[in-house]
Amino acid sequence: MTTLAETAPDVLRVTDRKSARAFVDTHIVPYADAYDRRGRVPEELLERMTAAGLWAPFLPRDTGGGGMDLVTLGEVHEEVGRGCSSVRSLLTVHTMVSWAVQRWGSPAQREQWVPALGRGDVLAAFCLSEPGAGSDASGIASNVVEKNGGWVLNGVKKWITNGQRADLFLVFARTATSIGAFLVPRDSPGVEVTPIEDMLGTRASMIAEISFRDVALGPDALLGPSGFTAGMVLTGTLDLGRYSVATGSVGIVQAALEACAAYASRRTVGGSLLKDLPLIQAKLSDMVTDARAARLLVAEAGRLKDAGEASTIMATWVAKYFASTAAARHASEAVQIHGANGCGHDYPVARLYRDAKVMEIIEGSNEIQRITIASQAEREII
Amino acid sequence: MSGNAKDQILDFVRARYPQAEIDETQDIFALGFVNSLFAMELVMFIEKTFEVTIPNDELKIDNFRSATSMAELVDRLSPARV
Ligand SMILES: Cc1cc2nc3c(=O)[nH]c(=O)nc-3n(C[C@H](O)[C@H](O)[C@H](O)COP(=O)(O)OP(=O)(O)OC[C@H]3O[C@@H](n4cnc5c(N)ncnc54)[C@H](O)[C@@H]3O)c2cc1C
Repeated sequence: MTTLAETAPDVLRVTDRKSARAFVDTHIVPYADAYDRRGRVPEELLERMTAAGLWAPFLPRDTGGGGMDLVTLGEVHEEVGRGCSSVRSLLTVHTMVSWAVQRWGSPAQREQWVPALGRGDVLAAFCLSEPGAGSDASGIASNVVEKNGGWVLNGVKKWITNGQRADLFLVFARTATSIGAFLVPRDSPGVEVTPIEDMLGTRASMIAEISFRDVALGPDALLGPSGFTAGMVLTGTLDLGRYSVATGSVGIVQAALEACAAYASRRTVGGSLLKDLPLIQAKLSDMVTDARAARLLVAEAGRLKDAGEASTIMATWVAKYFASTAAARHASEAVQIHGANGCGHDYPVARLYRDAKVMEIIEGSNEIQRITIASQAEREII
Repeated sequence: MSGNAKDQILDFVRARYPQAEIDETQDIFALGFVNSLFAMELVMFIEKTFEVTIPNDELKIDNFRSATSMAELVDRLSPARV
């Protein structure tokens, strides 16, 4: 079968914010509410994203990637998040796994997976949370034991974004000494995927529960070092995921702002346009200000990532905390500004409202963000 | 071993934990400072500051226990100086 990537390799290519915006406005915005209602992103869009080079454009050029810097990647993810948080979520988890394999993989693992992840021939999901452990990653019960020079994996992972569709799972499990990260192809015997339907938000992100029963893995399934530094695979991967969710949250604020600015310019109440009412103006002004502030925080975190600065990790926590809370606040106000129309299907703001709530829970909930930021407060003394 | 590298590493650790008194041989793990966030920051700091890439097989706890052991790691990874 000829794919879109082969028939139209360049015309749809996303390389920066501008081309991402064009892609999103053409291929995502008109359909995002339908994805949300159907609870899935269609294969056709996944293929278009492959053709656009959207899956992991930050991978180095010598692996077939685009070598995109992380500030630009953030701008691209913001644009996708403006269009549809479910699609952005698919990109987020794929980004996390692709980065982890590129950063921590052995030469053989990189050769096996990176080009395919870069193209989007293999889609990936990130499997940390379990029925009994979310915020506290050290509480996971999934485990591996060494056997015949390889590993045997047992456990259940829950709330796995793109679990319904992904081809490769990065699974965190207990080893004899610590927690390790394991690459598990979906078609491994003993892997069972159960869709989770009807989520509150990011309803099209194809979430699943995945159980692993006596899954036999080769020695090359372990990604990165074992022992104390195994925690870094998790920290680094979550850091990039958090960055992507922060950018997506900016996208939600921007989408709320655009929807409200348009609606308030048309809708009249008592003979006045909504946009001329001081209480509505207050909401719009806060959206404009927070969109800009959140975007700057995200850009700063991205700039520090590109520079390899250790301070990017805290900068990303701060950016995600600010952007996700701003998204939840402004998506709520966006529904308010739309009145009953905000509660129906004719406008995107109800979806933004539901999606925004999720941003306060994933990749470090608000509470965990506040605890982490506060624990480093003394660093801010200047 | 590069004394300069050791000092820079010590400065980094002290800046993160200003309340603690840390010297170059002290085991920062034994002091209970290291969580996975700080471990990641340490690795990023070393890679950026000394322009090295730490391979997986050098990511061992013993290489990160003290400023001295980290400076030795930097020396091993740095291209030989003439
Ligand atoms: C739409 C969606 C997609 C997801 N996708 C993925 C995925 O792809 N992969 C994956 O691994 N996981 C995924 N998750 C799971 C997500 O990472 C977890 O929901 C998140 O880490 C929180 O864990 P939890 O839900 O178990 O809440 P818990 O950890 O049980 O926390 C419950 C509440 O207590 C608060 N809390 C926790 N600790 C403290 C504390 N010390 N002090 C004060 N309050 C605290 C939390 O903030 C939260 O409000 C997804 C979740 C959602 C909703």
